[in-house]
Amino acid sequence: MNKTENQKAWLFVIPVFILVAFNAAVPLMTVVNYSFQETFGNNVFTWEGTRWFKQILQSDRFHAALGRQFLFTGIILFIQIPLGIFIALTMPKKGIGVSVCLVLMSMPLLIPWNVVGAMWNIFALPEIGFLGHTLNDLGFDYNFTQQIGDAWFTTVLMDVWHWTSLVVLLSYAGLRSIQPAYYQAAEIDGASRWAVFRHIELPKMKKVLTIAILLRFMDSFMIYTEPFVLTGGGPGNATAFLSIDLVKMALGQFDLGPAAAMSLIYFFIVLLVCWVFYNLMMRNEAQS
Amino acid sequence: MKKYKWLVPTIYIIFLMLPIYWLLNMSFKTTTEIINTYSLWPQKFTFENYITIFTDSTWYTGYLNSLYYVVMNTVLSVAAALPAAYAFSRYRFLGDKHLFFWLLTNRMAPPAVFALPFFQFYSSINLFDTHIAVALSHCLFNIPLAVWILEGFISAVPKELDETAYVDGYKFWRFFFKIFIPTITAGIGITMFFCFMFSWVELLLAKTLTAVAAKPIAATMTRTVSTSGYELGLLAAAGSLTIIPGAIVIYFVRNYIAKGFALGRV
Repeated sequence: MNKTENQKAWLFVIPVFILVAFNAAVPLMTVVNYSFQETFGNNVFTWEGTRWFKQILQSDRFHAALGRQFLFTGIILFIQIPLGIFIALTMPKKGIGVSVCLVLMSMPLLIPWNVVGAMWNIFALPEIGFLGHTLNDLGFDYNFTQQIGDAWFTTVLMDVWHWTSLVVLLSYAGLRSIQPAYYQAAEIDGASRWAVFRHIELPKMKKVLTIAILLRFMDSFMIYTEPFVLTGGGPGNATAFLSIDLVKMALGQFDLGPAAAMSLIYFFIVLLVCWVFYNLMMRNEAQS
Repeated sequence: MKKYKWLVPTIYIIFLMLPIYWLLNMSFKTTTEIINTYSLWPQKFTFENYITIFTDSTWYTGYLNSLYYVVMNTVLSVAAALPAAYAFSRYRFLGDKHLFFWLLTNRMAPPAVFALPFFQFYSSINLFDTHIAVALSHCLFNIPLAVWILEGFISAVPKELDETAYVDGYKFWRFFFKIFIPTITAGIGITMFFCFMFSWVELLLAKTLTAVAAKPIAATMTRTVSTSGYELGLLAAAGSLTIIPGAIVIYFVRNYIAKGFALGRV
């Protein structure tokens, strides 16, 4: 769309600007302040320069948490994106089935995150939970509070349960926007199912899939409440992702300086990856 | 192959419903039964847990608190985002692209980063433990999202609509309220749904910014678990009840929900 140049448009943006800046600017500056200083309470601060940043960047603990985070986000994207597309392809296209699917599939998205964690906790507990009990009955030695592998399995399964529907809904919206004429043309050409998917459906879903990956990356990279309630980051630190580790450092140990430095590094990584995706998305939009 | 296509969504939905069923199942059991016997449905069916929640004010005020700040946040976010989304969609102005990305960066900020500074900030301006504090803090991620979705919906409306209205002698605000808003009601509805959703499910900030007076239901749940041992039945009942508001709003927006998740860009 060709836009008109109009500086008065700023007046329209001011309420949003004020509301967001009110929330973002002061707290972010507080974090920046802490990240360069040492504090012993009573508002006494001493300048520390880049010490905390160096400390965090060199600490094994941060590297481990970052590694776990990237592994988790990687697994999540690797499972949820293909699975979401697959389910969207098999969904009914008309009739009552559409509404039923949409409503039921959206349910997990609207459950408060700590309830998701609590729900999966009682679902997966070996003694009283359906999942834990069934797996143990089948002969698996399953206990997500004790074994690292089981803890990861449960956390990933919980996230797949929680968020795959987002990818399904997005892909479905993309598929719905394809004109029937495309399919008819493909049929006349005798195109295989795979060719239809590869050359008609996938290109049409490119835009929504970029959004899906962007949203899933952001949210899985910031994940806190669900694994915190489910496993508490354990056993040991096995599922302590970046946010969990950060809160532990800031509120548990009250190491405000290092925690603030870690916050900024963390935020910077999210920004960097999202910036890349955002530009990809905008390029897609400019093309269409 | 085509014949068995319905199996995939069916199996997926069963997978989605299983943990929810388990939660419901537990909510109708007593805590003793949950701990001592494993059964696929309640042996001694009881409403006790629900009765406790609806009669004990520490429980049900949690729901009211949550609904109160969620509605407040939804109205605030959409009202502020509407003119801004219009501006981003229709006009070029100094720093527009940067401003748009800056807004989005706030959607990307991990709440864990902001928890402690938010606590200090809202305490220092005497808003700690008020509904408005939670509603304002949720604007951090809901306003960018609302602007983003609305911008998508508004860009889908041809610019000729605006121009025709001006030719017909409409002043801007009259056009905006009389013609423009009615054209994008679906977009506004879906945006409200998303603001509602993300404010309803968020806990970290809501919990950090409240103590007693504005405590959300989700936080009430965590506290009760830690003080009175594991009241699993009660926890399950409270959890089941938090699903209801979501289920109701989904039903109303079901036909637009997919478009909304695509940020109005399909």
